[in-house]
Amino acid sequence: MGKKLLIHNDKVPGIATLEVYRAHGGYASVEKALKTMTPDQVTDEVKKSGLRGRGGAGFPTGLKWSFLAKPEGVNRYLVCNADESEPGTFKDRYLMEVIPHALIEGMITSSYALGAKTSYIYIRGEYFYVARIVEKALAEAYAAGWLGQNILGTGFSHDCYVQVGGGAYICGEETALLESLEGKRGNPRIKPPFPAVAGLWGCPTVVNNVETIAAVVPIVNEGGEAYAKIGIGKSTGTKLISASGHINKPGVYEIELGLPVEEFIYSEEYCGGIRNGKKMKAVVAGGSSVPILPTELILKTAKGEPRLMTYESLADGGFVTGTMLGSGGFIVMDEDTSIVKNLFTFTRFYHHESCGQCSPCREGTGWMEKILKKFLNGTANESDVDLLWDIQSKIEGKTICPLGEAAAWPVAAAIRHFKQEFLDVARSKKFVDVSHYNKLYKVNA
Amino acid sequence: MKVTIDGIEIDVPKGTTILQAARLIGPQVAPPAMCYYTKLKTSGGYCRTCIVKVTQGSTANPTPMPKPVASCRTEVMDGMVVENFINKEILEARKGVVEFLLINHPLDCPVCDQAGECKLQDLGYENGSAKTRYEFKRREYEMIDIGDKIKLHMTRCILCYRCVKTAEQITDKRLHGVVHRGDASEISTYIEQVIDNDFSGNVIDVCPVGALTDKTFRFKQRVWFTKPVDAHRKCDKCCGKTRVWLKGEEVVRVTARKDQWDEVEEFICNSCRYDHKKTSDWVIEGPSPIHRNSVISQNHYQHLNELKVQVMKQQKALGFMPIDKKP
Repeated sequence: MGKKLLIHNDKVPGIATLEVYRAHGGYASVEKALKTMTPDQVTDEVKKSGLRGRGGAGFPTGLKWSFLAKPEGVNRYLVCNADESEPGTFKDRYLMEVIPHALIEGMITSSYALGAKTSYIYIRGEYFYVARIVEKALAEAYAAGWLGQNILGTGFSHDCYVQVGGGAYICGEETALLESLEGKRGNPRIKPPFPAVAGLWGCPTVVNNVETIAAVVPIVNEGGEAYAKIGIGKSTGTKLISASGHINKPGVYEIELGLPVEEFIYSEEYCGGIRNGKKMKAVVAGGSSVPILPTELILKTAKGEPRLMTYESLADGGFVTGTMLGSGGFIVMDEDTSIVKNLFTFTRFYHHESCGQCSPCREGTGWMEKILKKFLNGTANESDVDLLWDIQSKIEGKTICPLGEAAAWPVAAAIRHFKQEFLDVARSKKFVDVSHYNKLYKVNA
Repeated sequence: MKVTIDGIEIDVPKGTTILQAARLIGPQVAPPAMCYYTKLKTSGGYCRTCIVKVTQGSTANPTPMPKPVASCRTEVMDGMVVENFINKEILEARKGVVEFLLINHPLDCPVCDQAGECKLQDLGYENGSAKTRYEFKRREYEMIDIGDKIKLHMTRCILCYRCVKTAEQITDKRLHGVVHRGDASEISTYIEQVIDNDFSGNVIDVCPVGALTDKTFRFKQRVWFTKPVDAHRKCDKCCGKTRVWLKGEEVVRVTARKDQWDEVEEFICNSCRYDHKKTSDWVIEGPSPIHRNSVISQNHYQHLNELKVQVMKQQKALGFMPIDKKP
């Protein structure tokens, strides 16, 4: 049984209310930080913990916080990125829905460390009911004096607001999120300047994922060093993994980083194996944008070592034989899954969500979707596989924000590992029915 | 700050972008730019045609930048080494960008007023391929009027955002912007509303393609049949220094003067642009400098035979049959 730090209380009835949350040791980190620690000490604990951003990129959080510019007389902001829209990722939703106070507690403690008087929780538009839950929790926290003026009589004042987005994947990109928060069109900004220097309203801003902020609570409570003891190497602590696909027990699991992938998929404690006794075909380990890996490569690295659930082990071998931990959206596919159809779904998503600012992503994602549609219609040629490969290579790395890469990587990986399947589909000229997508969305192709 | 671009070193002040530094060296190293416009704040970074490879970040931190960077929005550092035309990867990537810009472009140059002074034509000629790999229906939109003088033909637009930035920077209201997202993005105004400003006509000049055209000039004349002259008049709204395009004695259109990089030198007002279409309105200074490779300077018919031979040669090289020799 792995150690749980974030969702250990998730089955306690009424944990979403302040009363029950407080009875289970809630808001202790706020008391500890505000009364006994300086902001720099909190930042140091986070640095010691080795906590890495849980939103996908895995950038060390302590380092990110230390980059925050601190000019005199200028406001600083903490923004919580709850625009969780990556297909396959639903861990933040679970956390906010079940234990909203864990996020609010983390927001107060983190804001104290950063010296932010105001913070925002930007929740994706489709999660409006989650926003209600968080707002309710915020109201409770205000009423109990955990937020507002002069918290706990320490002189630290803090306001936290919930902002609901319009439902755009691109607003999960931090600068697009800031634009959207400012009331503009959610287009990513061109960096530099980075948000740590000029973010929200041109002020220094830190943007962190929900899980990252919630992880600050156990770090402050138990100390950074204790947190760093969990996990392996530079992947410290616990991570929420949202497991979905053809497994017996889909859901959100908190794992200690370093757990073998095989154990995660097959043990009864976690996914419980592939459903209906089928064989596993492929796994997308960290949300739809990370490269897909076939069974032999997800269980063992190219060197033959067992693959572990860590940032390093999953990335072992680069993109040729590896993938990424990403945001923890763990999608398992059984032997009956069509990789081509799956890739069409992913590409359709990125086409739909491209903001349209820079040309490679705007035009390339739509083009890739149309070609994949040809595969499904049974009109594709073998040469279309090479064309797809060429298009993705011309998108990757040429765009303003990482959406270009997010759209290109799945295509590249699917062709890299499952080229034969693409060729077979092209040769068979068989029609694959995807009409149910057309009912759900307006598909142009 | 010393920066080396394609092996040529230049000393530039702090805050200069790679593109500006390259332009200071000259056209032999300057990357093409479809969306960047010196006169417009915050423009650039969208089209990705100006991407370059930074092989050395600076003297202090010599690590190369992992991805190609947009030269128009990246400031130089001391000791930076940049590769543009000498880097095969960059040329290949730029070819990709040009292909992306062209897959949804209607290629209706024969009926487009911008033909002959279109940046996309130049870019496609220099960096594109002769054939398309795109086999699907191209994007189409209805034409709309932005006021009574400007026609917006979204089908041709490459979404460079130049007109959006212009409208943002000449007016204090947001009347002109982008609606929808992804490849369904559309330049639009608030329900065909006029951009109510004396300088609104400049959106035509900044447009690199034929998406925004002057309704007083549409379908009147091919640009290569007209003769551009620099002219001025006394104007109380703008500088009054313009480029007047003559066909015989007739003024067919008036635009702002453009520099070597096809950027407007000074914005002109709508009155100069639309209302003064008589030769007597203008004091003519002399012929405008037009690059010798431009089709506009090809309106001297003695070169026509030479041009025909060149075109035939190119067609042969590309494997096309000349029109009159088709079986």
